[in-house]
Amino acid sequence: MTDILGLVKSQKLTYEQKVLSLAQAAENTLDVLHIPEKTQYYFEKNAIDNLFEGNAPYRPRYILPDYDKFIKEGSEFLQIEPPKDLDELLNALMILYRHVPSITSFPIYLGNLDKMIAPFLDGYTDEEIKKKLKLFLNYIDRTITDSFCHANLGPEDTRAGRLILEVERELQNAVPNFTFKYDPDITSDEIAELALYTTMFCANPAICNHKLNKDTYTTDYGIASCYNILPIGGGAYTLARVVLPNAAKLAKDVDHFFDTILPECLEALANYMNERIRFLVEESGFFESSFLVKEGLIHKDRFIGMYGIVGLADCTNILMKDEGKRYGHDKEADDLADRIMHTIHEFLSEFPALYSPISNNRFLLHAQVGMDYDIGITAGVRIPIGDEPENMSDHLRHSARFHKLIPTGCSDIFAMETTARNNPSAMLDIVKGAFDLGVKYIAFYEENGDLVRITGYLVKRSEIEKYKKGEQVLQNTTHLGAPNYDNNKLQNRKVRGV
Amino acid sequence: MIKAPVRKIIPHSLVDGPGNRTAIFLQGCNIRCAYCHNPETQEMCTESSPTEEIKWMTAEEVFKEVERDIPFIRGITVSGGECTLYPEFLVELFTLGQKAGLSCLIDSNGTIDLSKYPELIEVCSGVMLDVKAWDNEKFNKLTGGNNRNVLKNLKFLSDLDKLEEIRIVCIPDEVDAEDILKGIKSTIGEKISYTNLKLIKFRNHGVIGRLKEAESPSDEYMNYLKELALELGFKKVKIT
Ligand code: SF4
Repeated sequence: MTDILGLVKSQKLTYEQKVLSLAQAAENTLDVLHIPEKTQYYFEKNAIDNLFEGNAPYRPRYILPDYDKFIKEGSEFLQIEPPKDLDELLNALMILYRHVPSITSFPIYLGNLDKMIAPFLDGYTDEEIKKKLKLFLNYIDRTITDSFCHANLGPEDTRAGRLILEVERELQNAVPNFTFKYDPDITSDEIAELALYTTMFCANPAICNHKLNKDTYTTDYGIASCYNILPIGGGAYTLARVVLPNAAKLAKDVDHFFDTILPECLEALANYMNERIRFLVEESGFFESSFLVKEGLIHKDRFIGMYGIVGLADCTNILMKDEGKRYGHDKEADDLADRIMHTIHEFLSEFPALYSPISNNRFLLHAQVGMDYDIGITAGVRIPIGDEPENMSDHLRHSARFHKLIPTGCSDIFAMETTARNNPSAMLDIVKGAFDLGVKYIAFYEENGDLVRITGYLVKRSEIEKYKKGEQVLQNTTHLGAPNYDNNKLQNRKVRGV
Repeated sequence: MIKAPVRKIIPHSLVDGPGNRTAIFLQGCNIRCAYCHNPETQEMCTESSPTEEIKWMTAEEVFKEVERDIPFIRGITVSGGECTLYPEFLVELFTLGQKAGLSCLIDSNGTIDLSKYPELIEVCSGVMLDVKAWDNEKFNKLTGGNNRNVLKNLKFLSDLDKLEEIRIVCIPDEVDAEDILKGIKSTIGEKISYTNLKLIKFRNHGVIGRLKEAESPSDEYMNYLKELALELGFKKVKIT
C-alpha cells in the first residue's frame, strides 16, 4: 500500500507532484483487472513489469493528437478558432497541450513543431520569431514538468526548424525532448549539422532514421516520450515489459529459459496487456467521452500495445555466465541474444492483440529504456554502460543488428567529447553510416554538459544535486533521473571521439 | 609490401580533416619543432629494434583496421611525425583507400619535396600543409630545418588543387604569421579564397622543447590574424 499520509506530508514533492501521486494511490485501491496466478507469480519475481501504469486504466499511456487537423479546424470543445497568425497558433497549442492526457498526465507529444509553425512565419523577422518561440518553449518547460514530453523536427530543412534549433541552444531547457527526423535524401547536410551542433550544447535534438521508421504504420508517425515510434492521431494504449535478466535468473539453464520461462513470461505479459486494453476500451469510457476522439484528433483504431523488453545484454550475460562470454563482445553471446530476439519476435507475430488494427492486431516490440528502480538492468538492447566496445564502429554495427526487430522504438546514446562541437560534419558522417547499416535512432550529448540523457529523457545534473540534498525540484523526471544516474553509473558512459 | 612504423590509429578522429576520419600516425620526423606536441613521434626507428608503442605494418594491415570504420568515415588522414618520409607506403595505402571510395589526406610539415612523388600525388586527395615560418632563419630557429621545400610544395600543391588546408601555429615573435599570410597570398594568388586556413593557437601542453614554458597568444592576437587573413582575401579561416 502506498503511504498516503507520507505523500501528503512530503517536503520533497511539489504540490502538483503530490496531487498526481495521490491520484495514482486512489486508482490503485481498485482491483478491476483479471490477473491469473501464473502472471502474478512472474510479476512478483519482476520478470514482467507493468511499469506502475496503475490498476485501472482510464486513459491511453501515450497520445499523439493530430495537431495538423487541430490547426486547420480549431476545437469546438476548447472554443478555439483555427489560428490565423503565429501568436494565435502558439496560444492555441499551449491551450491544447494542457488537455492531452497520458500516463504521467503530461502531454508526451507536442507535434512536428517546425512544420506546424512554418506556414505562420511570413512577415516576421528572425528575432521576432525567436522571441515568441522562447516564450512558448519556456512556458512548456516550466509547466510540463516532465521530460518524457517530446517534440519533433524535420526531415525537411525549414526556416522554422533552424530557428527552433537556435533558440533551443540558448535556452538549455530539459523539456521538451526534441528529435530530428533525418533522411539524407530529404534533409540538407546544413540543417543536419546544425542539429548535431545543437545537440553538443543542450543534448537536443536526438536523430531518428526517418527512412527506416516512416513506414511503420499506414499513417504518419511521431516520436514521443523515450523514443517511441507511434501513429499520429493515436498512440499507445499501454507499455509493459519483460525484464529479461530477471526471467533468466528463474531459469535452471539455457534450455529451461527457452522452453519454459521465456514463453511463459511472453504469454503472461501479452495476456496482461490485452486485459488492460480491454478495460480501457470497453469499460473506462475514455474513447466515448474524450473531446479528442469526438473532434477526430485521435482515433481508437490508431492505438497499439507497446511490448517492452529490457536488459537483453544482462540476460544474455547471465545465460552465458559459465562460458564467460559477454554481450557486445563475443560472437556466441550475440548469437544467443539474437536467438532471444527472434523467439520474442516470432511470439509477437502470432499473438493476437486486442483493438489494434493499425498494427495488424499485433503488439509491437519496444526496447524499453529502463526505470529508476532498475539495478543491473541495461536499457533495451543496449550494451551495458562502461562495457561499450573500444571502437565506436563495432558499437554501431552491434546496434544495427539488434535494432532490426524493434519497430516501435529503440535507440543508442553516445557521450561525445567537447571537440566534436568544432566538427559537426564528422558526427553527421557517423549518423549517415549508422543509419545506412540499420541503426534506427541515435542520441548524443556533450560529456561535460549540464543536460544529461539518462535513458532517453533529459535531466539537469545541477537539478539532480539539488534533489539529492532534499530540495524540491520542478521536473518530476529528476526524481527518476537521480537514482538512475547512480544505479546505472552514467558517469562511466564511454566518451566518444578524439 | 613495404612496412611503415605506425604509432597509433584513431578510428574516429574529429580533428584531422573534413568529416569523420580514421587517422593514422606514423613514427619519425625529419625536423625538431620547438613547439612539437608529440615529441615522442620524432625519433626515427628501425624494424629491427621493435618497441611497444610502434608497430611495423604493411599498407594492407593498416587498411584492415580502417575497413572496420567504413561506412562511418569519409576518409583517412595520415599524420606523424612526418608521414611523407614513407612515400611508397602511402601510395599503397591510398590506392586501397581510393578503391574503397575514401578521401586520402596527408598531414605534412612540407619539408619533403612532393613533386618528386607523382604517384603519391595521384592517389592523394589533398595535403594539409604546415607553414611554420616564412623567413628561413625563423624557420630554422624554430625547427632546425630549411623551408625551401615548404614554399615549393605550397605552390606545387596549390597548382594541382591538392592543397586541402594550410596550418599556422601562432606564437608572436617566434612565428612571422603576418609574413606567412602575405607570402601565401603572393604564392598562390586568387586560390586563397577557397583554400582552408587554420590558425592554431599555440598551447604548451605536452611540449618539451625550448618553448615548453611559452605562453599562448591572446584571443585578440588570434582575431587580429584572422581579420588580416580575411582582408587579404582568405575566406575559409578557422581559429583552433
Ligand atoms: S613536424 Fe610535427 S612531428 Fe615533426 S617536430 Fe614538428 S611538430 Fe613535431
